Amino acid sequence: MVLKAFFPTCCASADSGLLVGRWVPEQSSAVVLAVVHFPFIPIQVKELLAQVQQASRVGVAVLGTWCHRRQESEESLGHFLEGLGAIFSHEPWLQLCRERGSKFWSCKATHRQVPASLGAPGQDQVMLIFYDQRKVLLSQLHPPAALPDHQAGDATASAGGLAAVFDTVARSEVLFRSDQFDEGPVRLSHWQSEGVEASILVELAKQASGPICLLLACLLSLISAASTSRVFKLWPLSFIWSKLSTCEQLRHRLGQLTLIFSTQKAENPAQLMRKANMLVSVFLDVALGLALLSWLHGKDRIGQLADALVPVADHVAEELQHLLQWLMGAPAGLKMNRALDQVLGRFFLYHIHLWISYIHLMSPFIERILWHLGLSACLGLTVALSILSDIIALLTFHIYCFYVYGARLYCMKICGLSSLWRLFRGKKWNVLRQRVDSCSYDLDQLFIGTLLFTILVFLLPTTALYYLVFTLALNTICVQLRLLVVTVQGLIHLLVDLVNSLPLYSLGLRLCRPYRLAAGVKFRVLEHEAGRPLRLLMQINPLPYSRVVHTYRLPSCGCHPKHSWGSLCRKLFFGELIYPWRQRGDKQD
Amino acid sequence: MEAEQSFSDICGGRLALQCRYYSPSCREFCVSCPRLSLRSLTAVTCTVWLAAYGLFTLCENSMILSAAIFITLLGLLGYLHFVKIDQETLLIIDSLGIQMTSSYASGKESTTFIEMGKVKDLVINEAIYMQKVIYYLCILLKDPVEPHGISQVVPVFQSAKPRLDCLIEVYRSCQEILAHQKATSASP
Repeated sequence: MVLKAFFPTCCASADSGLLVGRWVPEQSSAVVLAVVHFPFIPIQVKELLAQVQQASRVGVAVLGTWCHRRQESEESLGHFLEGLGAIFSHEPWLQLCRERGSKFWSCKATHRQVPASLGAPGQDQVMLIFYDQRKVLLSQLHPPAALPDHQAGDATASAGGLAAVFDTVARSEVLFRSDQFDEGPVRLSHWQSEGVEASILVELAKQASGPICLLLACLLSLISAASTSRVFKLWPLSFIWSKLSTCEQLRHRLGQLTLIFSTQKAENPAQLMRKANMLVSVFLDVALGLALLSWLHGKDRIGQLADALVPVADHVAEELQHLLQWLMGAPAGLKMNRALDQVLGRFFLYHIHLWISYIHLMSPFIERILWHLGLSACLGLTVALSILSDIIALLTFHIYCFYVYGARLYCMKICGLSSLWRLFRGKKWNVLRQRVDSCSYDLDQLFIGTLLFTILVFLLPTTALYYLVFTLALNTICVQLRLLVVTVQGLIHLLVDLVNSLPLYSLGLRLCRPYRLAAGVKFRVLEHEAGRPLRLLMQINPLPYSRVVHTYRLPSCGCHPKHSWGSLCRKLFFGELIYPWRQRGDKQD
Repeated sequence: MEAEQSFSDICGGRLALQCRYYSPSCREFCVSCPRLSLRSLTAVTCTVWLAAYGLFTLCENSMILSAAIFITLLGLLGYLHFVKIDQETLLIIDSLGIQMTSSYASGKESTTFIEMGKVKDLVINEAIYMQKVIYYLCILLKDPVEPHGISQVVPVFQSAKPRLDCLIEVYRSCQEILAHQKATSASP
């Protein structure tokens, strides 16, 4: 196999010395991590390597020699370097050499154990692959390769040769801690040898985060303990809490904040990303909420909103009353059953009257209530939107009631009719077997049943027309209004979901530091001369945006109902109720 | 060592195949597709603008004209950046892997690299494409669970779609390297 030497680009201009790194025999590749410069004492180099091996569990060893000929008169260096092969024995022994001012390198790999009788003097073809050490150290491969097990002293490389390179560089951080300004016994050259990178802000944040996390974790645990107290488990309150989307959203946010400020450290990079995403999403939410708050409270907008609310409700109620009056008369010239007509018409009218009285009663307090609810926007834009959605649901409650009355009546009618029709034909619905079976009825059962059936059938034109025109018309208007309300609520919930689940930190990272999220690598062939070893440049191939969103998407609270158009139409036709909130056991289409 | 030959794709358009032999273990094949023709570009632009002018005479709203210009520009940029592929390259490196690069007309490059450990073989397959039967070159990937199974088929030169003669050239060259790789990986 061709021998691959992974060489860091930062060491390409370093002085001559020893190559230190890891040899992966399965892929026949040598990963060079650093260059040790002259003068050095071999014993100290071996001690340093043993220390690094113990701390990082990576099999670091001396792989060969590196010769950078700056002046013409350095042939003696060549002999010296060859002698070093005897002190640090490694199989195979790599010798890289670079002429001054030349782009092309010469590489030799010699095997000592191979006897010369095989013909070739034990030289392998060598391929040089340059890599940027800092980027490879900081990047994470997606999908994460199965890490080799950490018990072995020299971790074996699993399938996926390049994942082994990334893994080696990432775990050898210990080697990169000393720079050229340290007074250590051994002088190393690597990506941090010009000075270790660090940021004051990051260090300060790390120091401060410990006590802050502890404080916030205590506070959050108090709040969650208070919210799960016995008071809220009583029946009316628990029913209301479970139906309001605001409470769902608040619960979700509380859960997220608890996770972010928990004192446990993140175990793997995926969890760290998730925490960071949640934090950024909470910040953005609060920022947008504060912007909304300042917009609402300026220029007396809340007052305007409150003033506009009552006339709109009045207007809607008036329109409904007109419609009912029209239906109680002779709608479109059709003759209806007077008694039933009057009963239901009066019932609906009284309902509307109650609702309008209630709105007028509340009107002096609306502005105050809206002002206080507007303050909740400082908890976040999603909370404000959930409150808006709940307010809409509460204000249009009467429409929902009409719809429920109409739907129930219609349903009962249809059930009665279908059951009596079955009796008329001499059949019965078998509940156990869920099918229609023949049944022998008594004569009086048949008589009464047929009588009722006949009455219903003869009333059917009247009641069906009445229903079509009155209940269904009102129902359609109510359903249309309800569909409008459901659509508006659906849009609001979609927006809330989007803000909740978009991984903003990951997207920002992909935009600004694309090498951190790596889908793979790509190679570029550098200038080549015949007879010289092949030189390649290995670069990081960043993850596409769609995969970033897919991998790091946050779980949303899923508190909105999902209805496909087909199921909606079916429910309308059979008179089944369409609930505005999610039912337990609701099958998602 | 470089060699350039001209072939044609399945629709009859001109393609240029450039083979670069960097070393006995590394070869690159570059297929360049026909460029964006001025004729089709002018035709599309004229159609869109005529339609916009027609709408303008109906509606008397000058926003339609500016919207048409905007749409044409955005459409052209989007086409050049996301759709029009200029060149497709296959780089095969012994004992490292196979890399496929597509360069778009706007200069964007999208690269995929498959490690040699995952490659089972490189073959020419037949496929039914609309009303034609065409040949395409594809890489077969190994199945980690089943040793003789194939987990995925990755087609190469998907948008250039060269004909069989071009594919045979590439196939022969690549098989030399794959054979050498299999021989050296089999021996300890």
